[in-house]
Amino acid sequence: MIYFDNVSKLYADGRSAAIQEVTFQVAPKEFVSIVGHSGAGKTTLLKMIIAEDRPSHGQVFFESIDVHKIPRTKLPHYRRKIGTVFQDFKLLPNKTAYENIAFAMEANGRTDEEIAENVPQALALVDLDDKAFNFPNELSGGEKQRVAIARAIVNQPDIIVADEPTGNLDPIATYEVVQILRKINDLGTTVIMTTHNKGVIDELGRRVITMDEGRIVRDDVNGKYVL
Amino acid sequence: MLTAIRRITRAGFIGFWRSAYVSLASIFVLTITLFVVGSTMFVDQLLTTSLKTIQEKVDINVYFEPTANQEDVDTIRTAIEAFPDVEQVTYVSREEVLAKYREENQNDETALIALEELDENPFGATIAIRAKNTTQYESIARFIMEQQETISPQNPPVIDEVNYEDSKASIDTLTSIIDTVERASYVILIVMIVAAILITFNTIRLAIYTAREEIAIMRLVGASNMFIRGPFMVQGMMYGLAAGVFTILLFYPILSWLGPKTEEFFDGFNLFSYFVSNFSDIFLLLVGVGIVLGLISSLLAIARYLRV
Repeated sequence: MIYFDNVSKLYADGRSAAIQEVTFQVAPKEFVSIVGHSGAGKTTLLKMIIAEDRPSHGQVFFESIDVHKIPRTKLPHYRRKIGTVFQDFKLLPNKTAYENIAFAMEANGRTDEEIAENVPQALALVDLDDKAFNFPNELSGGEKQRVAIARAIVNQPDIIVADEPTGNLDPIATYEVVQILRKINDLGTTVIMTTHNKGVIDELGRRVITMDEGRIVRDDVNGKYVL
Repeated sequence: MLTAIRRITRAGFIGFWRSAYVSLASIFVLTITLFVVGSTMFVDQLLTTSLKTIQEKVDINVYFEPTANQEDVDTIRTAIEAFPDVEQVTYVSREEVLAKYREENQNDETALIALEELDENPFGATIAIRAKNTTQYESIARFIMEQQETISPQNPPVIDEVNYEDSKASIDTLTSIIDTVERASYVILIVMIVAAILITFNTIRLAIYTAREEIAIMRLVGASNMFIRGPFMVQGMMYGLAAGVFTILLFYPILSWLGPKTEEFFDGFNLFSYFVSNFSDIFLLLVGVGIVLGLISSLLAIARYLRV
């Protein structure tokens, strides 16, 4: 469902590259982890999927759509098919947990009935029913990330893109977040996640793509964290 | 569509309350802006009114010969009344001039005796003319002289004197003062308003700058540009509305204090009664300017964060 065809991204100076000649594909319902040192190009890869960044060479496909040929006015529609989760949570600070999740649905043009039904479900899925009306600054890191995940899944996207979702979390919160992502994947949503966390990878036992200096150096179906 | 508008409006209101300090700062600056705009407006009104008062005091007088034929006098009077630049014509007949002279000099024996010595009324009729505009006096004076030419080319003159030449110098001075003051007040008005708009724009831009992270997040969640922009537009308009109301509340005590003073100084023009009698216009103008300013500032400020 995601297909990278010989994608390279050069920096403005034209010589050093963030990623080089990357080709891989992700099948529906896969759980793919991308590992590598800082600066290996993991985040750039994810940004290309959500059309935040564009490649210098090559193409990125979402199903049969060339992501970087989508006109700017159609981008919001495209992004609604993808749930995004970030290391720094990216919650709206002036909105409660409930409103953060509802915002994604409102932006998507869902009806009030759908919102009233789905937001509590999403909150229940991440086990945060009791924190619905707390603001982000009243939540712990793990709770914030669970709100972010609830927001990412509430529109039932085809794919979840998670950039270092456990990067700022303690081991227990990390475990919870990974369990939730795994549960979402079991329910049929494709997940692409970048991480530094060896424990997370080894525990998941799913496909691992290893990157180094902008290139894919390993792609294991039942991966371990090898660097 | 309706749902989107409702959601945008609600989000605008919530954003307004939850970022209260930013809202307060924006409203404060907008209030100052509107106060400047309003003050300029009131000063302009004061100037216009006082200039009008001065203008009304200027006129030309036509003095007819005592021997002038009443028919000729009437012809000229009718012609003047029909002249388009003329605002008002006050005709005083020979008899009225005489009566007035008697009344004014009733304690002056010599004057009255001198008058008795004469067999007939020594005064001619007079006409006082006020023009619509001080610049028109010259053409009116010329018109009157032309009338005299057409009526009696050969006969002895009907008109003794048109006192335009005497007051010409003062009229010219007044005209140029009025012109200068009007032009200067327009320039000041424009400068003030431009400065005020720039300050407002900058403040709201700062307010939205604090929200740039949120805007980036909204984009990532897949919100359309209109859905992101909408609440900020609502907030901008709310700033304008609140500032408009505050400005009016600020003007009320100031003008009620200034009103009697302007009445003394500007010959009967009470700024406070002007404010009260034109209240709805002034209110709509200030609130309208506030809302439009808030809206435009929000639109301009947010535009840069919506480019991908």
